[in-house]
Amino acid sequence: MIAPPATPVTNVAEVRDLRAYYVTETSNVQRTVRAVDGISLQIQEGEVYGIAGESGCGKSTLLKVLLGMVTPPLSIVGGSVHYRVDDRDVDILALSESERRAMRWSVVSYIPQGSMHVLNPVRKIRDTFRDFIAAHKPSWVRQTDEHVRGYLNDLGLPERVLGAYPHHLSGGMRQRVTIALATILSPRLILADEPTTALDVVVQRGVIQLLEDIRARTRSTLVLVTHDMGVHANLANRVLVLYAGQVMEEADTLTLFEQPLHPYTQYLINSLPKLDERAERVSIPGRPPALDHAPSGCRFHPRCPYAMEVCKTVVPPLMEVRPGHRVACHLVNPPNGSAAHAVG
Amino acid sequence: MPSAETFKALLRVQDLTREFVSRRGLSTRHLVAVDRANLTISADQHEILTIAGESGSGKTTLARMMLGLVEPTSGHMLFKDRDVSHITGGANRKWFRRQVQPVFQDPFATFNPLRRIDSYLYETVGNYGVAPRKTADEPIERALNAVGLSLREVKGRYPSELSGGQLQRVSIARALITDPSLLVADEPVSMLDASLRMSVVNLFRELKARQSVIYITHDLATAYYASDRVAIMLRGWIVELGPVQKVLGEPKHPYTQLLKTSVLEPDPRQKSTERVSLAASDEGSFVRVGCRFADRCPHVMDICRSVEPPDVPVDGRLVKCHLYESQSSTEEAAEAAAPLVASAT
Repeated sequence: MIAPPATPVTNVAEVRDLRAYYVTETSNVQRTVRAVDGISLQIQEGEVYGIAGESGCGKSTLLKVLLGMVTPPLSIVGGSVHYRVDDRDVDILALSESERRAMRWSVVSYIPQGSMHVLNPVRKIRDTFRDFIAAHKPSWVRQTDEHVRGYLNDLGLPERVLGAYPHHLSGGMRQRVTIALATILSPRLILADEPTTALDVVVQRGVIQLLEDIRARTRSTLVLVTHDMGVHANLANRVLVLYAGQVMEEADTLTLFEQPLHPYTQYLINSLPKLDERAERVSIPGRPPALDHAPSGCRFHPRCPYAMEVCKTVVPPLMEVRPGHRVACHLVNPPNGSAAHAVG
Repeated sequence: MPSAETFKALLRVQDLTREFVSRRGLSTRHLVAVDRANLTISADQHEILTIAGESGSGKTTLARMMLGLVEPTSGHMLFKDRDVSHITGGANRKWFRRQVQPVFQDPFATFNPLRRIDSYLYETVGNYGVAPRKTADEPIERALNAVGLSLREVKGRYPSELSGGQLQRVSIARALITDPSLLVADEPVSMLDASLRMSVVNLFRELKARQSVIYITHDLATAYYASDRVAIMLRGWIVELGPVQKVLGEPKHPYTQLLKTSVLEPDPRQKSTERVSLAASDEGSFVRVGCRFADRCPHVMDICRSVEPPDVPVDGRLVKCHLYESQSSTEEAAEAAAPLVASAT
């Protein structure tokens, strides 16, 4: 169990009212996909910050922007992303590509989704590590192999993977090698996109152990993006729930799982079966909206069992209901003048 | 569904084995993907049987053999008392394929994005001669209704117009058109979001009223939720087989115990701190003598490294492990291997 960071809390990253849209144009018809639409969040030093939501809710786009990987058709429409690096404030969106490249891997690192495909299939793992270090840490080049061997030993990975090609390794081992590659330069902030999806249960556990070990060793901060609430329950300190490009709820993990206030969060948690019971589980009706025609008002209202008239027209503001617990729902924060029903 | 036929078991799999041989230059490697699997699905009562295990455990090869898509190297498979292990062609094959229908893993890969969804349904009606073209709508509508859709909703639509969950439902509806007695679903929910996942798993629970389902997955939580019995596979072996409450409730095989402790429960209070041991090598354990779990087993004994463990009946299930050997008797073994209703052997 990781203790919450000591006070005073420092934020390593701060996102303010971020809007990132995919704008495409085919035969003069413009299409705007509002993948990230007004998201604000703060990531605290040393924590595991979970980002949850179904596919198509904007999780991966948010990560791309956090990394500063903004290439067309993705464009930033508004808001800011600031990092705190060595007590300096860095506006990642204002940096030049070379400045951003200098920060990547050594300050901010990224564990991509589907790591099956990120390792070069015709290079041995050793060569992939050598290329990586030559490109990003030239001062290590002479001792590359010692550094790599030492790091793999620290992480409990067998040294002989270095002589293997990616296809010689199992999916779980490839994922762990990718994680080792992404973290060898001791980044302060690690962004992991679905690191356990498509892995077997035992291997999933192994990957989670590895991420925890790395975090404990380097006291870095981990942002964990996954739709798997089981992973959040086991690893995250705080969890942000996204839906259709907007924040629905944010709280510390225990509160979020035990007193979820937003109906969407309640669905996410209650629809999951547990290993010790067989009681019937209800799945969320409907499906996430297409983000080029997002519903008016609260974006969850077409699927919400408690939807009221006001939900169809007024966007619920994200309010702090108690310290550290933010919710965007008219049931929890009744709009002025209208009597809202309490959640049953 | 009333049936005039009488048979002892719906499906009986006996010592079913599949070996893959790969040759590289002069060296030949043998990989036994499924090693003497034994399973029976009762004719008297529908059930959902889960086959669970990590990737490379042989669960997909076993499923493909049950579908008649992969031929076994040795062993037998009886479907309604007919030997279907080497079904090659003609009427027999058509009959078998009507009876046992597949549901595949990735609904986005199952359907050609440039073909209308309903064309697959009409094609299945035609292929199996379910109904003449004029009245083809009738069985299709019935199958779609069973999965909570209607022909009006899918007619003329392309795969991109439906969500993953809906596509998987259409894929299941297609399998239901021939009114099969067995559905074999290989990882049907692994490509779906958690919320859609439950709607498909709930659908299998409903479909049990019509036929038995073999559900292949590595997701133990949905397996526990949906199935009646579960077979745990490891490196080609079925290492534990029995009612799901027994096998996943109080697992006996050390591998099943490892699987259970590895599940990440969506409950921050049940955060497990136990460290799991991961497989060091992937290939060696297929050919080693003795138990294939010996390298990772916390209870490993000398015998495990030299003698293959027998199937031992323990507390209502079969366990392939030396730990329980002394407690067995042959009658118990037969009982534990039996399907839900004691089969008339």
